Amino acid sequence: MRFLSSSIGKKIVVALTGLVLVGFVFGHMIGHLLMFAGPAAYNEYAHFLHTVGHGMGIWVARSVVFGSIIVHVLFTIQLTKQNRAARAEPYGYQHTQVASKSSRVMIISGLTLLSFFIYHILHFTVRVWHGFNQLPLFDLAGEKVFDAYQMMIKGFSFPLVTGFYILSMVFLCSHLSHGVASIPQTLGLNTEASGKLFKKLGLAFAFLILAGFSVVPLAINMGLVK
Amino acid sequence: MLDSKIPSGPLSEKWSKHKRDSKLINPKNKRKYTVIVVGSGLAGASAAASLSELGYKVKCFCFQDSPRRAHSIAAQGGINAAKNYQNDGDSIYRLFYDTIKGGDFRAREGNVYRLAEVSANIIDQCVAQGVPFAREYGGLLANRSFGGAQVSRTFYARGQTGQQLLLGAYSALSKEIASGNVQMYSRSEMLELVTVDGHAKGIITRNLTTGKVEAHAADCVLLCTGGYGNVFYLSTNAMGCNVTATWRAHKKGAFFANPCYTQIHPTCIPVSGDYQSKLTLMSESLRNDGRVWAPKKKGDNRHPSQIPEDERDYYLERKYPSFGNLAPRDISSRAAKEACDDGRGVGPGGRGVYLDFSEAIEKFGEQTIRERYGNLFDMYERITGENAYKQPMRIYPAVHYTMGGLWVDYNLMSNLPGLHVLGEANFSDHGANRLGASALMQGLADGYFVIPTTIANYLVTQKPGAITTDNAEFKRALEDVNARTHRLLNIKGKRSVDSFHRELGLLVWEKCGMARDFDGLTSALEKIPALRDEFWNNVNIPGSGEAVNQELEKAGRVADFLEFAELLCLDARHREESCGGHFRSEHQTEDGEAKRDDANFTYAAAWEHTGDFSKPSLHKEELQFEEVHLAVRSYK
Amino acid sequence: MNLNLHLKVWRQASPNAKGSFQDIEARDIPDHASFLEMMDIVNERLIADGKEPVAFDHDCREGICGMCSMVINGRPHGPERATTTCQLHMRKFRNGDTIWIEPFRARAFPVMKDLMVDRSAFDRIMAAGGFVSVRTGAPQDANALPIGKEVADAAMDAAACIGCGACVASCKNASAMLFVSAKIGQLNALPQGQPEKHRRTLGMVRQMDKEGFGNCTNQYECEAACPKDVSRTWIASMNKDFAVASGREALLASARERSEGD
Repeated sequence: MRFLSSSIGKKIVVALTGLVLVGFVFGHMIGHLLMFAGPAAYNEYAHFLHTVGHGMGIWVARSVVFGSIIVHVLFTIQLTKQNRAARAEPYGYQHTQVASKSSRVMIISGLTLLSFFIYHILHFTVRVWHGFNQLPLFDLAGEKVFDAYQMMIKGFSFPLVTGFYILSMVFLCSHLSHGVASIPQTLGLNTEASGKLFKKLGLAFAFLILAGFSVVPLAINMGLVK
Repeated sequence: MLDSKIPSGPLSEKWSKHKRDSKLINPKNKRKYTVIVVGSGLAGASAAASLSELGYKVKCFCFQDSPRRAHSIAAQGGINAAKNYQNDGDSIYRLFYDTIKGGDFRAREGNVYRLAEVSANIIDQCVAQGVPFAREYGGLLANRSFGGAQVSRTFYARGQTGQQLLLGAYSALSKEIASGNVQMYSRSEMLELVTVDGHAKGIITRNLTTGKVEAHAADCVLLCTGGYGNVFYLSTNAMGCNVTATWRAHKKGAFFANPCYTQIHPTCIPVSGDYQSKLTLMSESLRNDGRVWAPKKKGDNRHPSQIPEDERDYYLERKYPSFGNLAPRDISSRAAKEACDDGRGVGPGGRGVYLDFSEAIEKFGEQTIRERYGNLFDMYERITGENAYKQPMRIYPAVHYTMGGLWVDYNLMSNLPGLHVLGEANFSDHGANRLGASALMQGLADGYFVIPTTIANYLVTQKPGAITTDNAEFKRALEDVNARTHRLLNIKGKRSVDSFHRELGLLVWEKCGMARDFDGLTSALEKIPALRDEFWNNVNIPGSGEAVNQELEKAGRVADFLEFAELLCLDARHREESCGGHFRSEHQTEDGEAKRDDANFTYAAAWEHTGDFSKPSLHKEELQFEEVHLAVRSYK
Repeated sequence: MNLNLHLKVWRQASPNAKGSFQDIEARDIPDHASFLEMMDIVNERLIADGKEPVAFDHDCREGICGMCSMVINGRPHGPERATTTCQLHMRKFRNGDTIWIEPFRARAFPVMKDLMVDRSAFDRIMAAGGFVSVRTGAPQDANALPIGKEVADAAMDAAACIGCGACVASCKNASAMLFVSAKIGQLNALPQGQPEKHRRTLGMVRQMDKEGFGNCTNQYECEAACPKDVSRTWIASMNKDFAVASGREALLASARERSEGD
């Protein structure tokens, strides 16, 4: 389609998929924070995710997120290639006036997040390490369900894993600090005033996400959540 | 005998009558004609676009990298039009009269009336194109007043009216380029006019990127190549502005009229040193709110804020109480020169007077002044390092516009059949002095409204496409251009092109600038040929002609200026009167005003090249005034 | 006061030649001179020494024609905000400074010689829709179409663009979005521009893509480098206009297909 082959069309798709992922990240973070509400609350939440819509809900959500990630990544790789080609010869004297560091490493932070995402899926969704699938089942009001709470505790009991996880969240924060504020601009919603507001909101959101995702593994490592 | 072809009948009906009487070419045949347009400023771009809309095939040339950069773009103040939107008593007749009077009764009545008549259409046209003129809250167009007029008829777009009008014309041109009917040649400089049996049938250009010299044939040629102000080296013109196109045409037989009518703009930033490459104009609109003064005491070096009110001479208000700071450009400029000649100038070298906004700031507040002129104040600060909100600006006159140009008749055709000349490049509409905000008006009037009608009067007499570049004249012209380039490149002397240009400019400015006299002009006429000789024996142009070579480009232009300067001074010496921008010190009233000699000089002087630069032959076009009475111009 | 400066100037003989930086000592430069006058002085000395002067584009030297370019110490038009190279004055530099002078760099702006680049891509973008299709002589009276002052002022803000290409030169991706959006924005904002709004937007954006400019990554280097302070919000407007125009085009195309199928 002609729209998708244009620079702006691609950008708009990147912004829209970005918006989906921002929503996912936010919801996922809220879910993580349920760790502080205890095993019952957390496992109930996990069980709900797996059973909603007769177990279809999670697959719909997963498809949307996976699809968004794939499109987001493929399009940004294409755009980045075009951008590199557009400036064939670099300047002898490099200078940046206003572009933030984060905005200049979007492709690096993004690809790092992609690799983190794959690791994260293998770790907690496919559960290829640590024998998570052998964990004793949890008694949720009489129903035996998978003990996601214990999985989190075990998963984050390795400082190295926690370190990599938090580092990835720093990249996510960086990625969001530019990405979130860019969405309204790319979608054509920005005015002079809203542009400034969105910049602040984007930054605030990025740090909120960093804090929200870091606090759980840190608490587990410090023994505050058992 | 020069026939201006002014239609008969009452002044107000001449143009309608002429339009009625002009020839028509049917649409199918229009496509067979090719028109060459040299220059892409207001006149060139508007002409190229309008002719293409009519169906003519157009080839348009400019030396800049894009047609959008022609120097019309730099006009700041505005464009006049007799719309009378302000209900302040304006009319076509009043704009006509102001222009004739402002030109010191040395312009053609018929042309000027036509200009005033189509002025209103220009505004309509530009608005329709999306030119963002200033507006009032009610959504209607805003106007400001301008020098030389007592009504508000000037339309403007912040301080960049020229850019907005040019972008409008350029957008129209772009539309026609897209349609395939206009072929645009950017970075191409016209180096020769080709005439076949006395008719202008093509040009020779140099592609400034590849150095390739090319021939282009057409059924007629339009020169829209601006003025020759850069003969003075320092002027408000762009660096590339030149006389080459019109001078080459002159050497092929076109008459050059009134070259001595040069306009000095009163409000420019003074010269700061000998490295200076150009002078920057501060829009005349500043004089709406600024008051011009010089210290009363000679050699008063005090900071302006230290000079008390009663020791300041607001000389324009004193000498011209009814127009005050809005006196026409020539008068304001000379008054500044007088103050400086009197030893009362300010700033480095004592060549400057003050333009003071303190009263306006007090009255309207700094914010209002900032809204009106902010960009100009910023520009002033960038160039001088001084803040004009805190201390008065220093200004001094500088060469700005040239009223003279190739002679044309009412059809805008020169004495060479087929050669049409539009905008600043012709001589017809401003007489001896141009009023502010009238240059944009003339360029667009010529291009949008006059030439599309009048060009058919010539073309209808020609068989389309009859002449091609296979004609022997094209071969000869190509050889001439190549030989000239070869000669320039092989002088390999000691001096740079700029050093010659600077020397010429200084000489012409001193002897043929704001005030001229017989002896000074005579001495200039002795020095110019000598300098020209030295140029052709001692100029140093590095590089070759086969690629980008900016020194070669400049050299060609300076070589032409060195020839043209002689005609300029000859014309100034021959015109034994003072009128408008031409001020002969011998001819002034007791209180120092210009003194015309209507009995002997009510004519346009059209010069024919004879092969000897010192002996051009003079043709006179007597100016007929049927409507206005010649009067002593008074702005008191 | 006069300055002694070390220049590092990009020299490139022709479009396909390999270029490199040349060290030039610029001594005794008056601080009231403009940057281009400094270049003039340097060139005069090069010529006197029998060397080739540095080629650079310039014309009006009053900040409006948009012809001057060059990147000075990594910044198009140099360090002064909202100022073109020709209006930059040497008083902004200090004695002993090293100054890097390079051409605008973008694949869509090939270097022609030294500091000169070919910006004709902009003209082609304009020809792809940067106009109102109105014939000379056709319009109504100018005041028959009142336009609110806010709208006129906004259009003027966009129209202030001088087409110099500093936005492209400063952008990390050599994107032309600020230029194109200002041009589209001016006409799309005005009532005169409405009838061709969608056609214009699609045409100009597609031509922009075709020329090989990069994509916008919302870093706003362009806005910071713009000598006329053209705002990034025009880019947002263009994005929206483009999305709407594309959607409309797709709907019309599918409607046409259906009616042809009948």
